[in-house]
Amino acid sequence: MTIKKAVSIACTAALATLSAGAHAQISGGVVKIGVLTDLSGTYSDLAGSGAVLATKMAIDDFIAKEKPDFKIEMVSADHQNKADIASNKAREWFEREGVDTATELVTTSVALAVMKIAKEKDRIALMSGPASTPITNEQCNDVTVHYTYDTYALANGTAKAVTKQGGKNWFFLTADYAFGQALEKDASAVVTANGGKVLGSVRHPFPGSDFSSFLLKAQASGAQVIGLANAGADTTNAIKQAAEFGITPTQALAGLLMFITDIHSLGLKTTQGMYLTEGFYWDLNEETRAWSKRFFGVQKKMPTMVQAGQYSSVYHYLKAVKAAGSDDTKKVMTQMKKMPINDFFAKNGQIREDGRMVHDMYLMQVKKPAESKYPWDYYNVRQVIPAAEAFQPLSQSRCPLVKK
Amino acid sequence: MEILGVPTALLGSQLLVGLINGSFYAILSLGLAIIFGLLNIINFAHGAQYMMGAFIAWLALTRFEINYWVALIAAPLLVGLFGVILERTMLRKLYKLDHLYGLLLTFGLALIIEGIFRDQFGISGESYEVPEALSGGIHLGFMFLPIYRAWVVVAALTVCFGTWFMIEKTKLGAYLRAGTENPQIVQALGINVPLLITFTYGYGVALAAFAGVLAAPVFQVNPLMGSNLIIVVFAVVVIGGMGSILGSIVTGIGLGLVEGLTKVFYPEASAVVVFVIMVIVLLVRPAGLFGKA
Repeated sequence: MTIKKAVSIACTAALATLSAGAHAQISGGVVKIGVLTDLSGTYSDLAGSGAVLATKMAIDDFIAKEKPDFKIEMVSADHQNKADIASNKAREWFEREGVDTATELVTTSVALAVMKIAKEKDRIALMSGPASTPITNEQCNDVTVHYTYDTYALANGTAKAVTKQGGKNWFFLTADYAFGQALEKDASAVVTANGGKVLGSVRHPFPGSDFSSFLLKAQASGAQVIGLANAGADTTNAIKQAAEFGITPTQALAGLLMFITDIHSLGLKTTQGMYLTEGFYWDLNEETRAWSKRFFGVQKKMPTMVQAGQYSSVYHYLKAVKAAGSDDTKKVMTQMKKMPINDFFAKNGQIREDGRMVHDMYLMQVKKPAESKYPWDYYNVRQVIPAAEAFQPLSQSRCPLVKK
Repeated sequence: MEILGVPTALLGSQLLVGLINGSFYAILSLGLAIIFGLLNIINFAHGAQYMMGAFIAWLALTRFEINYWVALIAAPLLVGLFGVILERTMLRKLYKLDHLYGLLLTFGLALIIEGIFRDQFGISGESYEVPEALSGGIHLGFMFLPIYRAWVVVAALTVCFGTWFMIEKTKLGAYLRAGTENPQIVQALGINVPLLITFTYGYGVALAAFAGVLAAPVFQVNPLMGSNLIIVVFAVVVIGGMGSILGSIVTGIGLGLVEGLTKVFYPEASAVVVFVIMVIVLLVRPAGLFGKA
């Protein structure tokens, strides 16, 4: 190849890149969204393939409605709830595949690992699945958005409601790892703050399958309420076995982290009357129903709050890219925080400086079997918890980004 | 009254719960012990086969309205038949090779089976109601004993001791034992040894499925329910002595009780205690408590 020829090729390439970037400054001419989720493990029903579907729907809807002048691509991977697998994948995506944002990220350990890499590589982490509050406190950074819910909001919703309704004495059944302990701590604080008392707790190995021993301890404590500070199969097994041992309905159960998929799998007979806090319910209004029915058409299951939040967060991200005319992390983050979120998932949602997206949460009570009129008709909305009360106030924030 | 700061009533109930869990361990480890004792195969698909039993019971009830009692017989038969096919088409080719090959094959099969169920039914699991005749419970004074749990203990122990009796005290059992000691001579005496071995694997697998049906109303029926349990059950078999029939039954129940007590005094260690015992037993008696060195 002559030097002249090489120069002309280089020039053409440079021109091509320039013309592609004439409308918007999009790196590589394409906005690439990575869905890093649990596709095979404990959380694959509440996030998993449903989260991938929600992302696809968000991209398709965005293209149809907003007609962007940039291309959008999606990649997805299974992190198996392991922080090391998630870190490797995120690195590969950011370094070699030009992924602009890693999304979903259920499981706290995964979330904490990936948000650090996102900061290092100057990309965005959009979190719909994980629950722990350190994401927007001690570990917070300026490239992360914690979108759907967190342990503070859950404890604040469920524990407060149950304590206020007379469930003053609590005993906790806690999964013996960081998440369970965080949830127990948050919930205990809420119980005491509302005039209740924590009589004790028992830490069970994670994951467990037989909870009868622990439940008998809880029964012997004489507490009015048994708080389940665990998740997934641990929670469903504990609820099932509590009914078997005649613990319910004498003592009440409070599931501190439950999803509609858990209620679906246990059935209303076992779960009726339980309180839980959700960030989304498919049957709230026309808008939520319309979206959820589209989702159901493909997935054959109604969406969880994580899946609905995933759609909303990806759509909001794309809107911010369009408004900023760039996929540059700083510009997009500024834009995302500037624009309020108004869609079927959230009304006047706002992303705060600590990365927390605040929106209304819902205190639900599970219906009795006789009250349920059609499939997935599971909840009565007992209270809409306004955004300002639902989440940890900024005044209590431990995030260094928050100016006090 | 209290023992070490724990009320006796609570202790009694925890021991009873331990006995119930021990029955599950016993019936699962028995199946593993039979398969290992007679086939020299470490059946890593045992957990998946247990899960299949539970799922077949659930499918039978929800799709075909076949009740619990029929499922208790039909599910083990179906899964046993599945075992027979596995033995005839795959395991048979591995008998002359190292144990590792059987382990790898069955482990791979377990992953495939669990993957298929996960794909079909999701991960959250399904609920199986306690059958009408066994619902409710009895107040024992110190605890509320669900009738179904009592039934689990009775059913599991009956099947365990029935199996032990068949292998140790009947002519069929004698053929089986002889066939594993010296297949050539037994074959020369006119007994169809390959058929016996196929039958044994099928029976061991059916035991796993039986435990699965027993477990269905107690636990959520979930594609991973077997893999969570199987590691503990392997430890039980190792402690009892690989291949020892009586050892697996007694150790299963014993470890259930030990685990129950751990949950009273130091619940955080309850997932580890079985393995601590395994380490100690392996150091002191490498062939296991009931194994022949």
